[in-house]
Amino acid sequence: MTSPAFPFGRIVRFALLSLGALIILAPYIFMISTAGKTQSDIFTSSLTLIPQHFYFAENFAKAFAKVPMTTLLWNGVIVCGLIFFFQVVVAIPCAYAMAKLKFRAARLMMVLVMLGLLVPIHATALPLYVAFDKMSLLNSYTSLVAPFTISVFAIFMFLQFFRAMPDDLLHAARLDGMSELGIIARVIVPNAWPAVTAFAIFSVVAHWNDLYWPLIVVSKQAYATPPLGLMYFRAAEAGDDYGALMAATLIITLPLVAAFLLAQKRFVEGITMTGLKG
Amino acid sequence: MSSVALAGHIPSAAALRQRSENRTAWLLAAPAIVLLLLFVLLPVAAVIFLGFTDFELGYGKFRFVGFENYAHLLNDRTFRRSLWNTSVYTAIVAPVSIVLGLGVAILIEGEGRARGFFRTVYFLPVASLIVAMATVWQYIFHPTIGPLNALLSLAGIPGPNWLGASNTVLYSLSIIGIWQSVGFNMVLFLAGLTAIPRELYAAAHVDGAKSALDRFFLVTWPMLGPTTLFVVTISITNAVKVFETVKMLTDGGPNKASEVLLFTIYQEGFVYLRVGYASAMTVVFLAILVVLMLVQYRVLDRRVHYT
Repeated sequence: MTSPAFPFGRIVRFALLSLGALIILAPYIFMISTAGKTQSDIFTSSLTLIPQHFYFAENFAKAFAKVPMTTLLWNGVIVCGLIFFFQVVVAIPCAYAMAKLKFRAARLMMVLVMLGLLVPIHATALPLYVAFDKMSLLNSYTSLVAPFTISVFAIFMFLQFFRAMPDDLLHAARLDGMSELGIIARVIVPNAWPAVTAFAIFSVVAHWNDLYWPLIVVSKQAYATPPLGLMYFRAAEAGDDYGALMAATLIITLPLVAAFLLAQKRFVEGITMTGLKG
Repeated sequence: MSSVALAGHIPSAAALRQRSENRTAWLLAAPAIVLLLLFVLLPVAAVIFLGFTDFELGYGKFRFVGFENYAHLLNDRTFRRSLWNTSVYTAIVAPVSIVLGLGVAILIEGEGRARGFFRTVYFLPVASLIVAMATVWQYIFHPTIGPLNALLSLAGIPGPNWLGASNTVLYSLSIIGIWQSVGFNMVLFLAGLTAIPRELYAAAHVDGAKSALDRFFLVTWPMLGPTTLFVVTISITNAVKVFETVKMLTDGGPNKASEVLLFTIYQEGFVYLRVGYASAMTVVFLAILVVLMLVQYRVLDRRVHYT
């Protein structure tokens, strides 16, 4: 927007952006640096970024020894994977029926979806907790996954996407004698791939990061998701051994950050597509 | 008569097909409807119901107490403190992260080669585990071994006990909140900025909007209207829902100085197991979300005619 013939403005802009970027990156820099420091290093020289004694291996070993990292990461993958699978399997047929079939309840469904968009897990957690407790389902994958199998957000997003799909495609498939389920599996889903990946990123980021619900229904380490596991670790270490703590933090943050760096464009698309629901 | 009978007769085949299509639609939507009832509508109804009872987990019996829970809320110092803290946190995090997000988006939009790099960097916190990054922030904010206070002492400024003192804890949490959401807002604003037709800027230039600031107020700001409205609502909603950092770093302390709405609900409902009372708090929380959404629709309604 500033005219290109004015280098001073460009320098100021670049400087401002760099300063901001440095602030944004600072926690990551300190995380990596501290994960490689010994206790005494941490206590004496917090501003030296390069550790005096490279202590990475020891800190990572400690993190792996004290926290069942593989269990945590595995739980995270299972829970996020199951949630995403059910959300898509439930939402796509529903959105298809609302968008492309003569569905008399489509209006009512739309109202339900809009209402559902308003209600976060924090609002439904109490009765769900009581119900899961009554059914002795606390500390299980079921309790971690079940409340999120329905995503009104997924329905809303796929609905927008399906509406834009040409009807001719469906007519042709019907003339070929395909059933509605066949149409969904072989015509709709392959064409809805951009929407599915965008939603996948949104869903995985949201549930990989969620602390509230796992904190409520899980009290055993065997079912802990990454955020919960990290919380246990911090509590057990009383937050003193920052080297090991930063190593654990690094391991747990890495999967999503790596995925983000590899598929940046998709990530940003996913967040904006799902973010701009208007 | 005959024409009516005829008219009633001919579309019957089409009507039949329509009926079968309607049935298929119901079947396809059935799982979603059942789950929606089970995990959204019924629980919301249950929360409203429980808010009028003295239900406690572990006790079999409960009784109706009418509006007693709500009356109690009005005088509950913890709850009032929690509402106040949530408001302060929101009043800091939402505006600052919106303004910074817009600023960064505009700067990045004009940037050439480094554009992709900056976008990645600013977006990084959105893709990072907030619980994990909160522990990093705890280290940065550490009063004695933290790098922030070490930096301040280099400049001769005695650093505060960021997360440990009741007069700074809410601001420290706000810094983390802003750090986390600037990138998200930036990406939304970037999407809005790229949608503005270039010709408008050229036209504004012809019309005498010579400075960048003039063009911003003449073109960018009005054209960004819908995006801004959306960013404002989502920022406020997200700020009202702050929980992770509080639970991880302060547990509402010290002295309830960082008690926020969701944390108080969590404590009442899942730690003290006073489900009835916590349900009443949840209803208040839901009411706040409803009001926010209604405001958004009202503003959107009025704006639609201009954009």
